[in-house]
Amino acid sequence: MSRLPTPLTLADRGEKRGPRTRTRPLLGKGDPAPDIPPGGRSPRRRLRRETATAWAFVAPSVLVILGLSVVPVVWSLLLSFQADDLVTPSRWVGLDNYRALAQDPHFDQAVRNTVLYTALYVPLSIGIGLFLALALNRRIRLVGLYRTLIFVPFVISAAAQGVLFSFILDPEFGAANAVLNSFGISPQGFLNDPGQALFALLAISLWSGTGFCVVVLLAALQDVPPSLIEAARLDGTGRLQLLRHVVLPSLGPVMVFLLLWQAITSLQVFDLVYVTTKGGPLGSTTVIVYFIWEQAFKNFTAGYGAAAAYALAIALLLLAAVPRLTRALRDRARPDRRLEGAAR
Amino acid sequence: MTTASSTPASSSTVVYADTAGPVPAGQAAEPGRRRNRLPFSPWHLLLAPLCLVFAIPLIWLLLSSVMSDAEINRFPPALWPSGIDLGGYRYVIGNAMFPRWFANSLIVSVTAVASNLVLGSLGGYAFARMRFAGSRVLLALMLATMAIPFQLTMIPTFLVMKRLGLIDSLGALIVPSLVTPFAVFLLRQFFLSLPRELEEAAWLDGCSRLGVLWRIVLPLSRPALSTVAVLTFLTTWNDLTWPLIAINHDTQYTLQLGLTTFQGQHHTRWSAVMAGNMITVLPVLLAFLFAQKTFIQSITSSGLKG
Repeated sequence: MSRLPTPLTLADRGEKRGPRTRTRPLLGKGDPAPDIPPGGRSPRRRLRRETATAWAFVAPSVLVILGLSVVPVVWSLLLSFQADDLVTPSRWVGLDNYRALAQDPHFDQAVRNTVLYTALYVPLSIGIGLFLALALNRRIRLVGLYRTLIFVPFVISAAAQGVLFSFILDPEFGAANAVLNSFGISPQGFLNDPGQALFALLAISLWSGTGFCVVVLLAALQDVPPSLIEAARLDGTGRLQLLRHVVLPSLGPVMVFLLLWQAITSLQVFDLVYVTTKGGPLGSTTVIVYFIWEQAFKNFTAGYGAAAAYALAIALLLLAAVPRLTRALRDRARPDRRLEGAAR
Repeated sequence: MTTASSTPASSSTVVYADTAGPVPAGQAAEPGRRRNRLPFSPWHLLLAPLCLVFAIPLIWLLLSSVMSDAEINRFPPALWPSGIDLGGYRYVIGNAMFPRWFANSLIVSVTAVASNLVLGSLGGYAFARMRFAGSRVLLALMLATMAIPFQLTMIPTFLVMKRLGLIDSLGALIVPSLVTPFAVFLLRQFFLSLPRELEEAAWLDGCSRLGVLWRIVLPLSRPALSTVAVLTFLTTWNDLTWPLIAINHDTQYTLQLGLTTFQGQHHTRWSAVMAGNMITVLPVLLAFLFAQKTFIQSITSSGLKG
C-alpha cells in the first residue's frame, strides 16, 4: 500500500500510546489504518469525534448480532441446566438434562439417523458433484444450460421441495409409482415406509444439494493454472494421470471446504423433514434438529431441548476445528513445511 | 436479460479450460468465441440425460400445477396435461390467505435485504477504515458468532422475542434478519481491498465519513453488495424454521409456512397445492434466471473464501 503524504500522519499523535502504535501501519491482514483528520481543531477532539462516528456506524449491527447471539448462547446454557416448560417458573436441575439425554432412546435414534444421513449425503453430493463438474468443464454447446439445470434445485426452498416430493412420491397418486408401474415394478411406500423414508429424504437432498458442489468445484477447476496442465501435457501425461496428479491435488482446499460445509448443513437438516415426514414413520426420519424442535416447541421441555442443542453445537464446533487441528499438528511435526499454502 | 444458455463464454468467470478431455482440432481457446459456435461432442450423450434427471421434478411441478384434479387423481396419473387448467391457480389466488402470505414474505425479505445492505455497509466500513476503542474485540466477537449454529440460539431467541412482545407478528421475523455478521464481514473484506487514495482525496476535500462511504465506496462495491443482497434474499425468502417457531397465527404466515400448512389441509387438491408451490418458488426462480451470474458468483465467492 502506498505511504500517505506527511500531513496526514498528524492524527497519530492524538492516539493512545497502545502497544499497536505504529506511525504507518501497512494496510494488510485486516489492520485498520489510522485516520486522516478532517479539518478540526485538536487531534484529541478529532479522535473522540471519530470514535463516536465509528460507534454510531457499528452500533446497530453490534446490537442485533451480539444481542441475538451472545445473550441466547448464555441463556441456552442456563436453560440446559433447568427444567423449563416456558410457562411455569423453572427449576434448577444441574446436569440431569444431559444425563437423561444420554439415556434417551429417541435421542439415540435421532443421532443415528442424522449420522447415517450425513455419512451418505456428504460423499455422494461431493462425488456426484465432482463427476458432473469434470464433465461440464469443457467448451461444448449447451454447457451453460446444463449448469443452470443442475444448479436451479439449489435455490428452491426446503418447504417447496418437501411439498413437491410428497406429491411425486405419494404412494397412491404419485408420479414415481406410476413410472415404476409402467416398468412392472410394484408400488413403493417411499416416505411412508420406515425402511425407505430416510433414503427418500437423502435422494431429495442430493437433488437440491449437488448443484452447489458442482458450481463451487467448477469455479475451482477453472482456477487450475492452464500452464500447469500445458506443462503436464507436453510431458506426455495421460488423461487419467493428469486428473490424478495435477487437477485433483489442486482441488484440495476446496474439497476441505466442501466436506465441512456439506457435513455441517446435513447435520442441521430440519425443514425438509418437517414438511415431508414430521420425523416419522416410527421415528425413522427423526433427526437431531427435529428432536430439538419437538422437545422445545411441541412438548414444551425447553431445558431438555437446549441440552440437545448444546450437544449438537459442540459436535459441530469440533467438526469445524478438525482441519485446523490437523494442520497445526502437521506443522508441528514438520516445521519446514509451514510455508505451504494453508487450506483456506 | 440473460437467459439460461446465453452467458457469454468470454465473461470473466467462465473460461472452460479443458482439463479432462482432448482439445478438438481447431478448438484452442480463442478469446471472445461465441458460445453458439461451440461444437457438439459425445459428452452430450452423458450430460443431457443426467441434467434431465435434475430438471424432471421441476417440469412435473409446472405440469401438475396446470392439470385438472381429475387427471392427477387417476391411477396411474396422467403424465401430460390434456389442456391448461388454471383451476388450481384460481383456487389459490382466490384463497384469501395466499396473497397475504406472499405479501408477508415479500415484506420480510425486502426489509432484510435493504437493512443488511445499509447496516452491513455502515458496520463493514467502520471496521475496515476506522480505528476506535474496542473495534478489534467487537470484530472478533462478530466473527465468532458466525460459528454458532442457529439451533443453539433459537429457543432463547424465541424467549427474547416473546419478552419484546413480537411473537406472532412480522416483527419477530424481521428483527433477527436485520443484519447478519456475514454481511458485515463480507463488506468489510471488500472495502479493505479498495485503494484508499480516492477516499483520502474526498476526505481532504471536506467530505464526511458518510459522504465518502455513499459517494466513493459504495459505487465501487457493487459486486459485494449484490452478493449480500442475493444471499440475504435467498435465505430469508426460503426460511421455514424460524417462522415455524415465531408465528402461530395464519394471518402472519410467510409463504413457506403457509404452503406447508396448506398442503396439510388440502392434500386432496393437488393441483392447487402445486399451483401454490409454483407461486412460492417463482420469485426465487425469476431472480435466479435474471441474475444468474450474480447468483453463481455469490455462491462461489462466499464458498471459496470460506
